[in-house]
Amino acid sequence: MRPSAIRLLNILVPIKRAVDYAVKIRVNPEQTGIDLNVKHSMNPFDEIAVEEAVRTRERLKDVVKSIKVVSIGPPKAAETLRTALAMGADSATLVELPDAIIERQKDGVDVVIMGKQAIDDDAGQTGQMLAGLMGWAQATFASKVDVDAANKVATVTREIDGGLEELRCRLPVVITTDLRLNEPRYASLPNIMKAKKKPFEKLTPADLGIDFTPRLETLKVAEPANRVGGGKVENVDQLLAKLKEAGITAKRA
Amino acid sequence: MGKYHGHANTVLRPRTTEQVSEIVKYCASQRIGVVPQGGNTGLVGGSISLQKEIVLSLGAMNNVRSFDPVSGILVADAGCILESLSNHVAPYNHIMPIDLGAKGSCQIGGNISTNAGGLRLLRYGSLHGTVLGLEVVLPDGSILDQLSTLRKDNTGYDLKQLFIGAEGTLGVVTAVSILTPPAPQASNNIFLALPHFDNILPLFKTVKRQLGEIMSAFEYIDRTAYDMGIDHGLGPILNPDEVGDAQCFVLVETSGGNQDHDLEKLNNLLENLMSADEPLIYTGTLSQSPSQFASLWAIREGLTECVQREGKPYKYDVSVPLAKFQSVVDAVRERMISKGLYGDHAISKVMGYGHIGDGNLHLNVIAKHGYRPELEAALEPFIYELVASHKGSVSAEHGIGSMKTHALHYSKSDVSIEWMRKIKQVFDPLNIMNPGKVLP
Repeated sequence: MRPSAIRLLNILVPIKRAVDYAVKIRVNPEQTGIDLNVKHSMNPFDEIAVEEAVRTRERLKDVVKSIKVVSIGPPKAAETLRTALAMGADSATLVELPDAIIERQKDGVDVVIMGKQAIDDDAGQTGQMLAGLMGWAQATFASKVDVDAANKVATVTREIDGGLEELRCRLPVVITTDLRLNEPRYASLPNIMKAKKKPFEKLTPADLGIDFTPRLETLKVAEPANRVGGGKVENVDQLLAKLKEAGITAKRA
Repeated sequence: MGKYHGHANTVLRPRTTEQVSEIVKYCASQRIGVVPQGGNTGLVGGSISLQKEIVLSLGAMNNVRSFDPVSGILVADAGCILESLSNHVAPYNHIMPIDLGAKGSCQIGGNISTNAGGLRLLRYGSLHGTVLGLEVVLPDGSILDQLSTLRKDNTGYDLKQLFIGAEGTLGVVTAVSILTPPAPQASNNIFLALPHFDNILPLFKTVKRQLGEIMSAFEYIDRTAYDMGIDHGLGPILNPDEVGDAQCFVLVETSGGNQDHDLEKLNNLLENLMSADEPLIYTGTLSQSPSQFASLWAIREGLTECVQREGKPYKYDVSVPLAKFQSVVDAVRERMISKGLYGDHAISKVMGYGHIGDGNLHLNVIAKHGYRPELEAALEPFIYELVASHKGSVSAEHGIGSMKTHALHYSKSDVSIEWMRKIKQVFDPLNIMNPGKVLP
């Protein structure tokens, strides 16, 4: 009896270059957006996604045929892609754009691992929309991932309000990462050196035949209103008086 | 650290220089000793009251008097905490010229009185250079106002230099005028694992040559300290397989005006290091984001806290030639072994880390179960003699305080010490200003 052919996995990790989490966000004077002249780095959830892809290869070894990272963004996103290569990805693609849209890439992708949300907009919808457009299975907010290539199944534990939920998904699948999935590694020097030689492809939306005109228009960005300080009261009667002033009246049970 | 205990029964917290002047005048008239105290982060018992002298805390004098964003000159009260001064100048894109682990508690007056060195000395120089002026209350209560904001002023003897590093024995520093450098636009760091200590000198030369003006820190961590750090959860940063049997580690920081320029220099350096015929390093990492930058520094800055958790540390802050760092640490360990005092029952660890770029070694000898006289007897004067044999300093940056008065002669000649006494006599004939400190 011959053993069944081992199915090889191609993993795709979309990543986003976002404002670094430690930066203090300021609204720009024109109130059209935030001040982007600050430090940027890879979206932390995407870092976790890259780490998970590399760990999956460490677990399954040759079963993982390729780990590709892709980013849609400005030329500086190349630095972020290089970091991903230095963490262990095989090749990178940058779709150069002034604005961001949803991207479609097929051709031999079995697993897409990406961050559950980007820390600049906290939208948390890219993974779900991608799965919907592709008609693929999705497992979001993953805190544990197990890919069985032979049976073409991924078992994912996800974090939900009530606790943990385990999903079994048929490949191809879109997985979005949550914080507790793993802790991303530092790029070691030997890997940083190797990363420079890994394939890096630059594309424009025209190459992919996509129209990038934004369908959303940002009207205004403003800071939340300043909080006015509270006051201290001396006793319960004063508290009741203040509550009445604020228009809060007692209701009989 | 719990090593030094004061005997004061009175603490005063003046709010103005005039109040400090009145206090000192009164104490002079009554022959009462005065111990100026800042953030109480000193490591040599320099700010404790030995014989019921009153403690004069500067903590309530914490106003920034002025800051000129064009020249970067900051004028502040002595009681300002270093970190709050950093925060004050940050919005103007300036930084303080010194940075130490104790920045959240130490006060600038104390920094100046101890001529603190810290992590940035390699790049910005010592306080003797960056301090432009001082306001000092002298031991007779009179106020010496040399709080100038001039870069250049060659009019007579530069008295302020005496107070920088005098550890409060010549007067009470009440305000300081200091030059703050512009904040770097690009900060990066690399953490390297070296197979042998012998590679440190060639590595330092290579790094200095290739990074040039952007190098801003060059820190050393020996294997014992690194392993201790990992045990206490600092990291992991490097893959243990790649680290292997590395004998020591180096953290290099760069600060420059242009990220692309700095990264290019760093990448060239790293390529040269990794692809040399006989690589000076096993492996390392380059920070990929501001949070990784902070974590790499956290390893080096976190060592002091780990040491406190391992037991009671005997700390020796010495200057010795770069090439002698490991042999000094090894010699101390051998000494404890030969005295039968090395092991979990007595001295559990002997380690070295520090500002190797400045030739400054922090030797930490950990007594797992507490300080004991026999341990001290085995360490001193052995360590001082060892340092003296290398023509080094028994106190590179921590100062003399009350702990090392007996060791002063290992690094300064009798002639030097005699003239220090004469100067002390001129300023403080009644010996009320921080008595028992610095001079034996």
